[in-house]
Amino acid sequence: MTTTVDAIVAQGLRKRYRDRYALDGFDLRVPRGTVCGLLGPNGAGKTTAVRILSTLLRLDEGRAEVAGFDVTRQPDQVRYRIGLVGQHPALDEALSGRQNLVLFGRLFHLGRRRARQRAGELLEHFGLADAAEQPVSTYSGGMRRRLDLAAGMILAPAVLFLDEPTTGLDPRGRNEVWESVRELVRTGTTVLLTTQQLDEADQLADRISVVEAGRVIAEGTPDDLKTRLGGDRIEVVVAAPTDLAVAVAQIRRAADDEPTVDVDRRMVSVRVGHQAGALVDVLRALDAVNVPVADVALRRPTLDDVFLHLTGHRAASAEVAA
Amino acid sequence: MSAVSTPAPPVDLTPGRPTLLADSGTLIWRGLARWRRDPGPLIASLGFNILIVLMFAYLFGGALQVPGGGSYREFLMPGMFVMTMVFGISLTTIAVAEDLERGVTDRLRSMPVSPLAPLAARAVADMLFALVTLGVLLLTGLAIGWRAHGGVGATLAAVGLILLLRFALIWVGIFLGLVTRGQTAVVAVQTLEFPLGFLSNAFVAPSTMPAWLGAVAAWNPLSATVGATRELFGNPGWGGDSWAAQHYQLLAVLWPLVLVAVFLPLSVARYRRLAG
Repeated sequence: MTTTVDAIVAQGLRKRYRDRYALDGFDLRVPRGTVCGLLGPNGAGKTTAVRILSTLLRLDEGRAEVAGFDVTRQPDQVRYRIGLVGQHPALDEALSGRQNLVLFGRLFHLGRRRARQRAGELLEHFGLADAAEQPVSTYSGGMRRRLDLAAGMILAPAVLFLDEPTTGLDPRGRNEVWESVRELVRTGTTVLLTTQQLDEADQLADRISVVEAGRVIAEGTPDDLKTRLGGDRIEVVVAAPTDLAVAVAQIRRAADDEPTVDVDRRMVSVRVGHQAGALVDVLRALDAVNVPVADVALRRPTLDDVFLHLTGHRAASAEVAA
Repeated sequence: MSAVSTPAPPVDLTPGRPTLLADSGTLIWRGLARWRRDPGPLIASLGFNILIVLMFAYLFGGALQVPGGGSYREFLMPGMFVMTMVFGISLTTIAVAEDLERGVTDRLRSMPVSPLAPLAARAVADMLFALVTLGVLLLTGLAIGWRAHGGVGATLAAVGLILLLRFALIWVGIFLGLVTRGQTAVVAVQTLEFPLGFLSNAFVAPSTMPAWLGAVAAWNPLSATVGATRELFGNPGWGGDSWAAQHYQLLAVLWPLVLVAVFLPLSVARYRRLAG
């Protein structure tokens, strides 16, 4: 049985909205205890996939198993074993953080006493104990997300779905959420994470599945994908056009790859894979021959680059309801 | 497979079984806890209702003719009780639409919660508020000189009919909250409340309206409850020759039952269809 190894199995999922398929032959396997990142632009079908796997949406065709149970035939078994954290915190704004957790604990049928104990534990664990009695409407974005995560963790579920968990958060809130997710993963929870940011998938996921037009078009570890993309690039703009030839030679040697040159912009660009220190090497090499640098940038591949590379066209954000 | 502990819980996380009753109870508790935390909208709603009564009693009261020359306030209050039941519906619609929009409904649907519990709890919690509202309005009426003359049984029957209408309208409100999105729903409901009330026998005799409008007003579910409660409270009313006007008490029972029979299944079906 696949269920002993894989926490999530999706085979040939199709879901149709009026005249278009939101999912069109979507396949996925997520081994237990790992983090899978679903990476794709708006409208690629990521959210639809999560909604089907978390029993919120019926599938039209295909088969899906979560934590060993069929999402169509045994939705309640699945529901006891998953946590769902959506794009916006699904909390009662008028209630306090503690009241929210007690509410959801009781709806998971823990009973009043155990729901209270569990709420106390989670508030402590997610660093919300001080704000526990405040209404959620007074919480910062990062605190709301953490409370939302805590609500998703009430039964310590085997599988946690995170649908763009850091949308709309400032960098600090993002880091808070990432830290919480990493900690959950350390305890063995399987996580399915959707994101539009390569960076976020890179930070959290063991494996990434790139989604476009309702199906997975590429799959691999973050390193695999970035290697296929050619990794990071360094872009150097020299101050004087006459320095270009020298700069190209020095950069070629320092980065150990053939640079491309944009004469008009006086820019030399080179692939550096993921060598740490490549930027410093390049700058030292230029400094050694006294080439003044007007601008320098380390450019990381973006989701657009992934799409350009994998599909040959830019990521089109299709309009989709779900 | 065994659940992974996160963070290692000393709490036993073995869940009990889901039941409609327990889940509804928990969600009713949520509704009450919300009101305790944020009583603003409820107080505003009660204040609005009292204000409307005072406006009609003191502002318009002098200009309106009472059929048979009875006390205007005696005539006014049954209409006001029923209007209050209508005014509360936007609160139901707002609560349902807000849960949908905020993702709370999705969270509940992703949990092993009895699928009827969220709607049932909404209906019960809003009925509790309707009880409070009606209580406050009855006291307001008594304070401005309204009296029930029909005896205990008839008075209780009248109160029961008013609450039955509210119960039916709550299901209309739930359905509207499920089908429309966001602020549109609220504005739509609030806009409809007044015309729905004025197009009845609450303030004007249907016999004075153009024939077709009078027929609509006479058959308005609100007219049935207003007419029936006027009879049961022993307050002055319009009477009328139409079949509807002759059978207010029957219609005051039938109309709400019809509304529930239509909008309760529609709401449940709509809730299930959220799964696409």
